Amino acid sequence: MNGQTHTTAGQPIAIVSAQALRERMHAAVNDPHLRQSFRGAMDFLMAKRLAQFPDESELVSLRSLSEAIRQYSLSKLPDLLEQLEANLTRNGVKVHWAETPEEANAIMLGIAQAHRARLIVKGKSMVSEEIEFNHAMEAAGVGALESDMGEYIVQLAGEKPSHIIMPAIHQTKQQIAKLFAEKIPGVDYTDNVDALIQIGRRVLREKFEVADIGLSGVNFAVAETGTLCLVENEGNGRMCTTVPKVHIAITGIEKVVEKLEHVAPLYSILTRSATGQAVSTYFNLISGPRRSDDRDGPEEVHLVLLDNGRSQAYADEQLRKTLQCIRCGACMNHCPVYTRIGGHAYGTTYPGPIGKIVSPHMMGLEQTHLLPTASSLCGACGEVCPVKIPIPELLIRLRGEANSAPHAHPAMVGQGAAYDPKISLLWRIWARVYGHPAAYRAFSWLATRFRALTPRKQGGWTVARTPLQPAPRRLRDMLKERP
Amino acid sequence: MSARDRILAKLRAAQPAQPNALPDPAEHYATRARNESKADRLARFRTGIEGFHAEVHVSTAADWPDLLASLCAQKQIGTLMYGADTPAGARLHATGFGATALRPWQGEFEQLKADLFHTVDAGFTQTRGAIAETGSLIVWASAAAPRTLSLVPPIHFALLDANHIHPTFFDALRAENWAAGLPTNALLISGPSKTADIQQTLAYGAHGPKELVVIVINAEGDAQ
Repeated sequence: MNGQTHTTAGQPIAIVSAQALRERMHAAVNDPHLRQSFRGAMDFLMAKRLAQFPDESELVSLRSLSEAIRQYSLSKLPDLLEQLEANLTRNGVKVHWAETPEEANAIMLGIAQAHRARLIVKGKSMVSEEIEFNHAMEAAGVGALESDMGEYIVQLAGEKPSHIIMPAIHQTKQQIAKLFAEKIPGVDYTDNVDALIQIGRRVLREKFEVADIGLSGVNFAVAETGTLCLVENEGNGRMCTTVPKVHIAITGIEKVVEKLEHVAPLYSILTRSATGQAVSTYFNLISGPRRSDDRDGPEEVHLVLLDNGRSQAYADEQLRKTLQCIRCGACMNHCPVYTRIGGHAYGTTYPGPIGKIVSPHMMGLEQTHLLPTASSLCGACGEVCPVKIPIPELLIRLRGEANSAPHAHPAMVGQGAAYDPKISLLWRIWARVYGHPAAYRAFSWLATRFRALTPRKQGGWTVARTPLQPAPRRLRDMLKERP
Repeated sequence: MSARDRILAKLRAAQPAQPNALPDPAEHYATRARNESKADRLARFRTGIEGFHAEVHVSTAADWPDLLASLCAQKQIGTLMYGADTPAGARLHATGFGATALRPWQGEFEQLKADLFHTVDAGFTQTRGAIAETGSLIVWASAAAPRTLSLVPPIHFALLDANHIHPTFFDALRAENWAAGLPTNALLISGPSKTADIQQTLAYGAHGPKELVVIVINAEGDAQ
């Protein structure tokens, strides 16, 4: 350890410790029910995605284009953010900037208080999960109600989303039926999915009608027009951004693109990669509050631009690729680790392969250094990523950052968090021995002669395997004896 | 220094000296362009949106108000709300609608809100066009298409001119130069509201309309 505690100041996110992460993963792997529901769901999503790309050449071309658009946007990020701000402001949208979750929550609480808001209805927003928005509002006496059906279920159960696209994927309809019957007054148990959705619809429509503020995320922010794009199926995103008098959108600073036409290919590859849909039911392009010739829509629109570790990722050319992400979740759906343990085991807002490379920037490696090791490096995540983020390469980089000796100019907060001088010394000796023929000869001679002294228990290796032991004779000795 | 300045300074310090080359999506779409007739585009749009559980009816510029009236009768619509003072709105006459009460949008949203949520059975809006590739309607917020009319009532009737069906979303926003001036809310709608959040089981009418009914006009005379 480098002796210093590197945490984002006052980070409200309850991250699990390395030991707890091991225990959660162990528990998840040994839960056959959970494994079955994730296996089924992920197989379903993988098949649906595959069916959306019957033409391999189209997929190849669209992926390259999407990657190019994301990389181009990032190469001009500060300029585009300024252009976005100017055009949004021209359109009548108020733009706010926040470096930390606390700042973002304070800005939004300020808006809520200025409007004496008592209830905020929310569309799905992973950034609001990232900053623990609901808790911050509730602590200040403002209700924050999730209105995406999956998020509503998760909130009712007092849980966090287990998938960024399908938040309640870990729950069966019977569990949800029980939850509704217990938590919603006047509701009897029914595990008919249509009936359950209608119950949710009834409860939530009452709230849309009376809410003071609607909150949403942003899928793409367009600099040239000052437009916020929102992808959704349910209509709750539209409700939140249309019905209340005030609409607050929150997004990470990386979501900006320059041209409106850049949105078309990104939107197309996003829905197909995420849920295997050709298109979502609704695609919203919001460019400002109600104008004089509009009949409805919010009177005020705000955008909060959040950093929370993103500028740190931006500073390093390799790590910057993390910011290409368009949050489709395809890497999770295809990850053998995610499929076996589900999203909750990770203990972070963003689970799965993308979570393992995003979370360290938000929380520092001190708390997250074990995450990049929860991967078989099979490469499936990188292969399906619609914007070609080299996730396996970034996992290796983060492992290196966590395990190398602390130094003066680290690329990220918490560098060296997993550094162990003893293990480091061991590897240095190992490298010396293997790098010098005489030392290697002496070592291998000794290892074969004293093989009986090899320990029977070899840490994690011998939990499920026979101990490793040097051969009785070296290959070189056997070769020497060949006629 | 404000949060804004600090964030921008950090990004500027690491920004590449030269931005990457500007990508041109047109190349990707040009190689996949189809030389479609209007009828083919309509057929593709129809297959797409019907696949998303929408109803499509083909009519003519002259007959569509009658078709809308008969659909309202079929679906037992008590109250239909529509944009007042619009060309399409002017074509609707209470006499033809029988049991369905026609209600033009009048006044402020705040005064209409409770009715929209509780008494209006269907909303009628004009669309700007559609997208053949994905089966999507293009709706721009305007007097002819207030945002909530296509969202809050349980049924949404949409009027589409077949002459305005674009091959792809990209073609639509390029051909009409959307970047030069967007409304406060531009929208693509592909079917009624839906969710698969409970055990991946698809259910319609999650929050918005349970039914989407598209009436297509100017479809080269192939009325039905």
